[in-house]
Order: sequence, then C-alpha cells, then structure tokens
Amino acid sequence: MDDWLEGFGHDQKELTRILHRIQAESGYISPEAIRLVAQHLNITENEVYGVLTFYKAFRLQPPGRHLVIVCQGTSCHVRGGAGVFEEMKKELGIEPGGTTEDQMFSLETVNCLGCCAIGPTVVIDGTYYSRVSVEDVRSLIAEYRKRKSFP
Amino acid sequence: MKSLSHPSQLAAWRARLIEERDSARKTVIVSNGTCGRASGSLDIIEALGRELDRRGLRETVRLQVTGCHGFCEFEPNVVIWPEGIYYGRLKPEDIPGIVDQTVLKNKVIGRLAYADPKTGRRYALQKDIPFYRKQVRRITGDNLRIDPERIEDYIMADGYQALAKALFDMTAEEVIREVEASGLRGRGGAGFPTGRKWQFCRQEMAARRYIICNADEGNPGTYMDRSILVANPHSVIEGMIIGAYAIGASEGYIYVRMEAPQAVRQITVARDQARKFGLLGKSILGSEFHFDIEIVEGAGAFVCGEETSLMASIEGKRAVSRQRPPFPAQSGLWGQPTNINNVETWANVPLIVRHGAEWYGQVGTPGSKGTKIFSLVGKIRHGGQVEVPMGIKLREIIYDIGGGIKDGKKFKAVQTGGPAGGFLPAEFLDLAVDYDNLVRAGSTMGSGGMIVLDETTCMVDLARHYMHFTQEESCGKCVPCRVGTRQMHDILVRITQGEGEEEDLARLQELSESIMAASLCGLGQTAPNPVLSSIRHFRQEYIDHIKHKKCAAGVCRGLARVSGRSSVAAGRKKKSQHD
Repeated sequence: MDDWLEGFGHDQKELTRILHRIQAESGYISPEAIRLVAQHLNITENEVYGVLTFYKAFRLQPPGRHLVIVCQGTSCHVRGGAGVFEEMKKELGIEPGGTTEDQMFSLETVNCLGCCAIGPTVVIDGTYYSRVSVEDVRSLIAEYRKRKSFP
Repeated sequence: MKSLSHPSQLAAWRARLIEERDSARKTVIVSNGTCGRASGSLDIIEALGRELDRRGLRETVRLQVTGCHGFCEFEPNVVIWPEGIYYGRLKPEDIPGIVDQTVLKNKVIGRLAYADPKTGRRYALQKDIPFYRKQVRRITGDNLRIDPERIEDYIMADGYQALAKALFDMTAEEVIREVEASGLRGRGGAGFPTGRKWQFCRQEMAARRYIICNADEGNPGTYMDRSILVANPHSVIEGMIIGAYAIGASEGYIYVRMEAPQAVRQITVARDQARKFGLLGKSILGSEFHFDIEIVEGAGAFVCGEETSLMASIEGKRAVSRQRPPFPAQSGLWGQPTNINNVETWANVPLIVRHGAEWYGQVGTPGSKGTKIFSLVGKIRHGGQVEVPMGIKLREIIYDIGGGIKDGKKFKAVQTGGPAGGFLPAEFLDLAVDYDNLVRAGSTMGSGGMIVLDETTCMVDLARHYMHFTQEESCGKCVPCRVGTRQMHDILVRITQGEGEEEDLARLQELSESIMAASLCGLGQTAPNPVLSSIRHFRQEYIDHIKHKKCAAGVCRGLARVSGRSSVAAGRKKKSQHD
C-alpha cells in the first residue's frame, strides 16, 4: 500500500486522486488505507473518512466479482430504465450498494452515463449495454454467472 | 517534431502535415465515442482493419477513428471520405461489402444508406440527411477530421492558430474585448457574458490567479461536454490557454466527471501532447507566457458542478457549497481570484479569436450569439447530439432534426435545463430557442439537455424522479435544501403510490418557495423547478393521481390507467381519501 502512495504529493488536493488509485488497485478503501492516507497527507483519519463518504464513488466494502451499474438518468428513465432497475434488483436480490451473498455481483446506480440516446444503459465490468429491456436482464446476468474467472 | 518555440514553427508544421496528407486518398471514418462503443464500433474498427489487411489496402485506404459525430441513434456508423457517404447501424459482416463496393468502386450500397423513417427516402451522403441538414456544426464540425489521439489532426484543422494570434498579435485586453464583443455567454447554464466574467477576474489584484474548466457535466440526460472532450479535446485546451493569457492566470484545472472515463482519457492524452509540443508549460510558443493544466477526476457528486463546491473538491475537501459573495473571481481556489467556465464555453473561444467577434455574431439572436449544442434524447426518433444556431425553433429541433416522436406516439413536452429546468408543452413548439426565451417560457437553457417526452411519460413520476435526484445529490450543508427536497420527494412518492392528499399541491408550492428563497447555492435554489413547472402545465395529472387514483400514462404502478377502474392497491387506499 505504501507503494501506491509514492509519487503523490503531501498536499490535501491529492486526496481524491489517492483514493481513486487505492480503489482501482484493491476495489475498496480499507480502514488500514484510511490510516495510511491520513498519515501521508498529515490530516486526521476523520477528515479522510469525511471526504470519501461524501462522494458516491468510494466503497468501504470489497465489491463482488462483477460490478453491475444501472443508469438512472432521465433519458433512460423515460425509456423504461425504471423497470430495468427494478428487474435487476429482483434478479440479483440486492439493493444498490449491496453485494450478493456469493460475492458474485455488486449493484450500483449512476445518475447519468451520457449515452442518453441509446438507453436504458447498463454497464457490467466496464462493458456498456444499450437499449436494455426488462426481458434482457435475466439473460444478461446469466451470461456473467457463467464466467468463473475474475474480470 | 520538437517543442515549438516560435509561431512560425507551428505554421510550418501545419503546412508540412497538409502536404504529406494525400487529400484524395480514400478514408473510412469510424465514429468511436461512448455511444459508438456501446453500440459496437470497436468490432467495426476491427472488421475494417481485417478487411483492409486481407486485401492489402492498408497503404491506399486510411482508417480514421474519431469521436462522436452526434447521430447516436445510428451508431455504429462510418463515413467514407472524400465523398461523405454515410452508413449507419452497421454490423461487422457489412464491412467486406462496403470495402468492395464503396471504397474501391465508389458505389453506394442502397440497403445500408440511411432511410428516412417518415418518407422512406434514402440518403447516400451524410450532409443530406435531415438530422444534419439544419445543424450548424461550428464546434463539432471538425469531429470527422480529428482523431483525438493525434494532435496533428487538430493542427491540420487550424488548431492553435487562434492561440498564436492571441499571444503574438493581441494584448490580453484585446482578447477580452473580442470575447465580450462576440456576445458569448456561459454555456454551463447561467448564461453570464464570458468576456465580462474574465474582466472581473483580471482586474483583481493578486499574485496568482486560476482558471478552471468545469467538465463535471452532471445533469442527467446531457452529454455535450463529454462529446467535445472525447472528439476534440484540443479545442478546449486551446480555449483555456487563450483565456489564461487574457486573465493573467498561470495555472488551470480541468475538473472532469469520472462517469465519463473516455473523456478523462482523451483530455489527458491531449494535455500531455500539448505539453510535449510546447503549447503548455513555460514560454508557450516561445512567448513570455507560462501556463499549465492539471486534470482532476471527480468522484460522483453532482453538486461539484456548482462552482464553489467544485473548488472545494479540487482542494481535496468535502465538496460543500458556500455563500457568494465573495465570488470566485474575487476569492476562489485557495482564496485566489479564479475564473470558471464550462467545456463548451472554452471550446467557443478559439473560434472567436480566429474568426473575430463579427463572424461569431453572424449566427444567433441579439441576446444569444453563436451556436448551442443540445443532447436531444428521450422519446425522440433520432436521438443524438445536435449543434444548432441560437434562435432555432423547438419544432425544428424536435421534428426536422430529431425526426419527431418515437414509435408513432404523441408529443407531450420537452424538458430543458435538467433538474434546474422545466417542461415546455406543445404550445411552446414555435419558441425560438435562446437563453432569454427559455427563461420567459418558465424553463432554462441549462447546459443543453433536451429530453423529449410522449404520452407514455407520467409528469408526476418524472417530477418525483427529479426530486429523488436532487434530494440525493444535495450536499447537506444547508437545511432548506437538505430537508426540503426530501420532504418534497416524500410527498411525490406518496402521490405516485395513490396516497396523495388534496393539500399536497399547496404543500409542494409552499415548500418550493422556501427552498428556492433560502438555499445556499444553485442546486437548492433551482431544485423545485421541475415540480413547479409540471404542476403549472400538467395540473390535471396531479389531480388525477390524487383524487381519481389514476395515472393515464400507466407509469405509476398501483394506479389505474382509466378512472373508475382502479386496481386493487389504489382501491384499498381510496378509503382514506376524501374522494
């Protein structure tokens, strides 16, 4: 973890950049990471915690194997995105921010991905799926259930 | 190519690049923006590469990968140059035929050409397609010529010429005067005159000034800025360098939202190339002007689009907004004078400096000059990103460019201005679109979202959707916004579940007034707009939901589509109503 902090300055403006880096490397921000970051920037752990919980991007728990993001933007919403979101919650049996018991899937929402003309949009492990319908949800998830390896 | 240390070297480089490029050579241009990729453009690029290799055409046919061309509905698409032949919604198996017939034999493949769904007429050339015909693509027009990974393409498209002109032929004051004379107004939504804003920042006495590019485009349903950053990132960087010279700033920040990873990548690549060629850093183009740009990736907080929150975020703090004044021009980043403009505003700057204020003002209305990019989405037949002259009628955008409503449905309203804006029903279709007209009509320009709604959209549900968004994105610092938006949201949820009460409309009005009057920043001050606007134009829908437990659009589950045929859930709730 110390290696990840190398190359970053000690000014507080580095904080979100560091948190992005840690999350990219380990998937979430652990209590240990918070402690080291606070030390590196010479601020309190509370301050680090305060900033990271302000933003939607940072996770305090490790995510599941596959990260499912459902767009909640207005264009997706009027094109049937609300139904897709409900179906996704039902299919995975979790609420946004949650991870399935088998650690296979985490579900997150996003306010807009900017692919508004081709929505409803779902992103799984960085792959964009456009014009997703309620009927597509089951087969989409089934495809990822089959994949055993870590993405 | 070494770092440029004189404007003549830039001119010489451009001349050499143009000479080296054989303009008659066939070029297949593939649109590879975010929508393109989501629709399979990477497979098209791969298929094209394979086909060109198989036929040994790599040397004679150029494959140009670009950002978005705006016609998202028909992604993935290719344009074959120099003729400008357009094929959309392609599959990899279409590629061998395209290379064989169109690239090699100049024959148009009829079945792949765009067909107007209304008339059935097919159009071979991109420029003839109705979607493009009424557009004026000043900012986005070069997208076809530019591979965002190659600064050379931007140089060939007259890139950085405006910068050389500003640095060597104009004083800082002259640049500000030119921008002011152009009539350019902030494209982020507020519409403040850009030249005047620059002047405020320049006149502050300070050892250090900052400029910021606000690329935290968070309004749901909008993606103008992301498309500019992905398709033509250097235009934003050039605009910023010119602005920094005019204002007297030596450091700039681009704050870009993380939900647009391709934009983060392209602007970073472009920034690094600009540095490499001496267009950023010390002594730009050999002048005495120094300026550099840092890129900051957001972390998923909508409030960061608000300028005081954005600055707190750059400083590494919780992104809560603060009271203004002091305005950023007086006390911004780390307490220093700071000028913030939106991506599209910056991208307009090189055009103004290169062609002059007079040319710029040839397009637009007296109060709103130039073009505006809109993301035309929702229940529209031809969704995409469109660039139109200010003053164009809503009807022209929605019907001529957008091809009308999807699936033969009826137009209900268009939403502009995102969560801060409002709804414009059919009686406004002949409204000439500019900053002031949209405000007079009860909405706002916002950053350029245009979400078209049809009869299957429930306005109460949509108002709830917006309130859900703002209450979730409120930074929580001030009570009116934090608590008030939540209260409004809860009332709207009740109404959509068939549990509305007659007093709810008055409650929503009252809450709206308090939130708008007492909130600290723009997020709260404008948050009730979609609710108020929907009540103003679609009051009957609210009454239907509250009194008759009816949702004519059929969106609100548990409510009947037609009065008198209530579903079980709505019937159960009826007992508690004064119906």
